[in-house]
Amino acid sequence: MKTFALAGNPNCGKTTLFNALTGSTAHVGNWPGVTVDKREGVYKGGAEKVNIVDLPGIYSLSPYTPEEVISRNFILDEKPDGIINIVDATNLERNLYLTTQILEMDVPVIVALNMMDEVEKTGDRIDVKALESAIGVPVVAISALRKQGIKELMDRAISMSAQRKGTTVLGGSLAPKIERARQFFAATNVASPLFHAIKLLEGDEIELRHSGAKELFTEISAGQDMEAVVADERYKYISAHFSTAKSKKETQVLTKSDKVDKVLTHRVWGLPIFAVILFAIFHLTFAEDLFYINTIASACGNPLPTFEDMGYAVSEGTGMYENFGIALAACFYDGAVFSPGVILTNILNLILGYASYGIGLGVESAGAAAWATSLVNDGIVGGITAVLGFLPQILTLFLFFSILEDTGYMARVAFILDRIFRRFGLSGRAFMPMIMGFGCSLPAMINTRTLADDKERTATIRVIPFFSCGAKLPILTAIAGGMCQLFGLPSVELITFSMYVLGIVTAIICVIVMRATTMRGEVPPFIMELPAYHMPGFKNLMLHLWDKTKHFVKKAFTIIFVSTVLIWFLQSFRWNWTYIGADDMGESILASIGQLIQPLFTPLGFGSQLGSYGWVFAVAAITGLIAKENVIATFSVLAAMFVAGFEGTEEGVEEAVVMIEATGMTPAACIAFIMFNMTTIPCFAAVATAKAELPAGKFGGTLVFWLVTSYLVGTMIYAVGEWWWTVFIWLAIAIAAATVIILHNKGKIKFPKLRKKRA
Amino acid sequence: MTKLLSDFAVGQSGKIVKVNGDGAIRRRLFDMGVTPGAEVMLRKKAPLGDPLEVNLRGYELTLRKVEAACVEVEA
Repeated sequence: MKTFALAGNPNCGKTTLFNALTGSTAHVGNWPGVTVDKREGVYKGGAEKVNIVDLPGIYSLSPYTPEEVISRNFILDEKPDGIINIVDATNLERNLYLTTQILEMDVPVIVALNMMDEVEKTGDRIDVKALESAIGVPVVAISALRKQGIKELMDRAISMSAQRKGTTVLGGSLAPKIERARQFFAATNVASPLFHAIKLLEGDEIELRHSGAKELFTEISAGQDMEAVVADERYKYISAHFSTAKSKKETQVLTKSDKVDKVLTHRVWGLPIFAVILFAIFHLTFAEDLFYINTIASACGNPLPTFEDMGYAVSEGTGMYENFGIALAACFYDGAVFSPGVILTNILNLILGYASYGIGLGVESAGAAAWATSLVNDGIVGGITAVLGFLPQILTLFLFFSILEDTGYMARVAFILDRIFRRFGLSGRAFMPMIMGFGCSLPAMINTRTLADDKERTATIRVIPFFSCGAKLPILTAIAGGMCQLFGLPSVELITFSMYVLGIVTAIICVIVMRATTMRGEVPPFIMELPAYHMPGFKNLMLHLWDKTKHFVKKAFTIIFVSTVLIWFLQSFRWNWTYIGADDMGESILASIGQLIQPLFTPLGFGSQLGSYGWVFAVAAITGLIAKENVIATFSVLAAMFVAGFEGTEEGVEEAVVMIEATGMTPAACIAFIMFNMTTIPCFAAVATAKAELPAGKFGGTLVFWLVTSYLVGTMIYAVGEWWWTVFIWLAIAIAAATVIILHNKGKIKFPKLRKKRA
Repeated sequence: MTKLLSDFAVGQSGKIVKVNGDGAIRRRLFDMGVTPGAEVMLRKKAPLGDPLEVNLRGYELTLRKVEAACVEVEA
């Protein structure tokens, strides 16, 4: 089977084309050595099946980013049967810059001129035939979004001849120099000597490593700034021949994209609009009172009735409305209109509720032993229900962030926020992985590869878990929900939102401290494209979500499933392997482990002061290390032991209520517990990712960093929550620490051998 | 008269004459089309005054003031 590689700039529609070509055959892997996504798939629409490899989006083949190095090495070493170079026709000049470099390699190339429909819409035109004859490789106009021209593109790609010698657009005074260098490389028998020759001319670090290359470079460049000359010549050639695309931008006053941009990055309104968008996303995902309709109605003296108020009965066994129609309606409205995220959660929980009720009845009627019934109902069904219940909100959140990413707004967010981030020693680009952390730490940590600087990457990866991920959200909503019920606090969302903010603040403080101490370094450059705004493609969004769903469900049924059953076992059996049943959980294996470590959490408010049942929080914090979803799944299993016949439902709120009531936890301790779980060592999957992504030797320190930070944050919150005046003590400590760091950095004081940790 | 891109006012445009800076930054600027001879227009400044958004070669590029200070433009 032939293999074609897809190469092109970021934001040129490469992913859309890849999806259109490969459909359901696509799978995601890793490039060897690094963990940049390697997406592969099979195109089946032509005369023969061809393998498609999606190279990372790049602007050039210079060796400065991992993405560029990967693409360069893949083409040179793996020798694909052809390169499909996708070019954004609306941005021809800069896109062709990469094309001129690819053409220099000894590999068949076909150019896919994407978004031609957009160009024609603006009344402009590009002469495809002229372009083709000028660069000497096939050019096909396509629209990846509308799937136009793809068949023709692939037919021509498949019928390309298998051999092609590299050609260059560079000529004139450069020609003899290039020829000199080409002969040098041809003599060494490397593939694509022309490409290497021109890269050497540019003073490329990798090429200079060849023996004798440095001398040759000094000789040919003759003191001239070859790097500038070559780049300039490329652009000169492109603009001289294909300047058509440029004409419109100069004549046109404002495109639609420009108008949108004027508002979204406005000097005054840019930042507030961003805050509003962020809040709207959270509101639409988590709000149980959409647009505060019920709050407003209640304020006017007419609270909206729940279905229970209307006289519909709630079933004892399931906690759901007896009438199925009403139960379904209650997914959308029950005393308040729900947000889309909550509606989806409710519907899934309704289905899961019926399923687990049915399974429960089945096991009972089969006359299984008490421990077996408990295993199925409390261990397996309870755990899985609790975990899968979070999926809709995680996906809703993902959907919104994918839309922001695909529309091009994310890049503007980096633009707006760069100045602020620089103050903390990071670039605006660090914002993207951080905001992705709200969905899941794994892709977020992987995405830090866009950061060129190792120290910035390390600092960013370490704080990514503080941007509370989708799996930590259940901890938040469950405990916040429980707190609202028990302590009469007004708004779940407000607590959730403040916890998110607190996580961000913690991250900022940690970054500042790290960049001032262990991770000192220059702020890396911020030179990036601001892509034109466009509507996101529905299919791309859905494929993206499907990937996440698969990932999450797989996780739910493997790691989480195993650990849930393990926990069920540990808390249902004594050390002598006898089944306990619902009554004496204090005797279980889990309880003794929990009791052993319980005192450790005393400064955080959920240790020794909680008495005999306090160990449940210690246990939940530990099971959370396996996967954060487990914290509430553990609650669910344990709650079934506190309350006979307890069913895991309602996003774990009931579980949290049972837990808090049984232990007599204070509100400050609840918050400390949430923050501890948010900032401590993340789930094992994220830990493994961090290990892979962190520069060598930074992993151990990162684990220590997470433990120390979470312990300190939890302690601080509990102390201040219980005794507000301790705030002054913490402030004094912080000021003292800051003074020491600043004085040290200015060289005023020196510590002999003291190992510094974050304050 | 040449002027640094970082000293431009919003809406001002000119022709790039020279690109300074060290290895990686300079290379990156070249790769993004910031080369001598290119027309560049300062489109806007971020809400906090930095970074800058410039229009060049038919697209929008963002860069910080310190990076824009590497670019000499004939205004």
